[in-house]
Amino acid sequence: MDKDERIALFQKWFSDAIPHNKALGLKVIGAGKGFASMQLEWREELVGNPETGVLAGGPLTAMLDGCCGMSVATMLKSPEPFATLDLRIDYVRPAEPGKAVIAEAECYHVTRSVAFTRAFAHHGDAKNPIAAAAGTFMLGTKGRPTRPDLDRK
Amino acid sequence: MSALLERLADARKAGDVGRLAEAIPYARWMRIAPENGTGELLTRMRYHDDLIGNTFLPAIHGGTLGAMLEMTAIFHLLWETETETVPKIVNITVDYLRSARPVDVIARATVTKQGRRMVNVFVEAWQEDRAKPVATANAHFLVKSSDEAPPSL
Repeated sequence: MDKDERIALFQKWFSDAIPHNKALGLKVIGAGKGFASMQLEWREELVGNPETGVLAGGPLTAMLDGCCGMSVATMLKSPEPFATLDLRIDYVRPAEPGKAVIAEAECYHVTRSVAFTRAFAHHGDAKNPIAAAAGTFMLGTKGRPTRPDLDRK
Repeated sequence: MSALLERLADARKAGDVGRLAEAIPYARWMRIAPENGTGELLTRMRYHDDLIGNTFLPAIHGGTLGAMLEMTAIFHLLWETETETVPKIVNITVDYLRSARPVDVIARATVTKQGRRMVNVFVEAWQEDRAKPVATANAHFLVKSSDEAPPSL
């Protein structure tokens, strides 16, 4: 499976198939082992302050949650359902009005029950973040796995 | 004076906190609004299909819960404290306790510590049974005016 196919598969599973991610218009732009990246376009209905046009915190929270979750999925040996246990967001500086936001998440450790992730949101320069996140995920929860079977042709 | 603070003054005159949400595009899009009909200040996120994060269970997206907990804290600070500026979120930590079913989510904020510049807020969200919270959060907000643009609102 090449890079574009992998991204298309994750787009299908982690944006198109998840109604809220689809409503936000999250676009998967990167996927690798332990790594996920998504892009969110600025739009008026996601704004918190109409005078400044600055995005509300909510869309960033939802995007970082989704992106951290996707990074967990890239680490699982076999597909299994999981759920966010906790999520911390530090709002470092305001998002700039009109600009797309990129999230990059890393799943840096997985145990039998818990996956550990961290993520940054930025406007293209990861060294100059808008927000930072740390999320943990509980593995083997109820439901159906949200993970494409990467080995299947 | 920001439009939101003007809206706050109108809402106070009318005794209807619900008007605050009208000034925030993201709150309208998410159908998140404060209410004080029972005498207690609560914030409600009305269920709609775009909130879903897991179609199999089905369950509401964790990111949307984080977003509504954050909005709950902001509405609380605007309405219940003598704020002269729109509170600026610094960070939020969300704990996910139960999967949220496809019905309305209601939340209540309490101020844990009110400082001169910084406020610590605890927020709890539930669905039909208040004794069974679906998520809780702790958040810090800067409440002193400054020229710097706010990150979220």
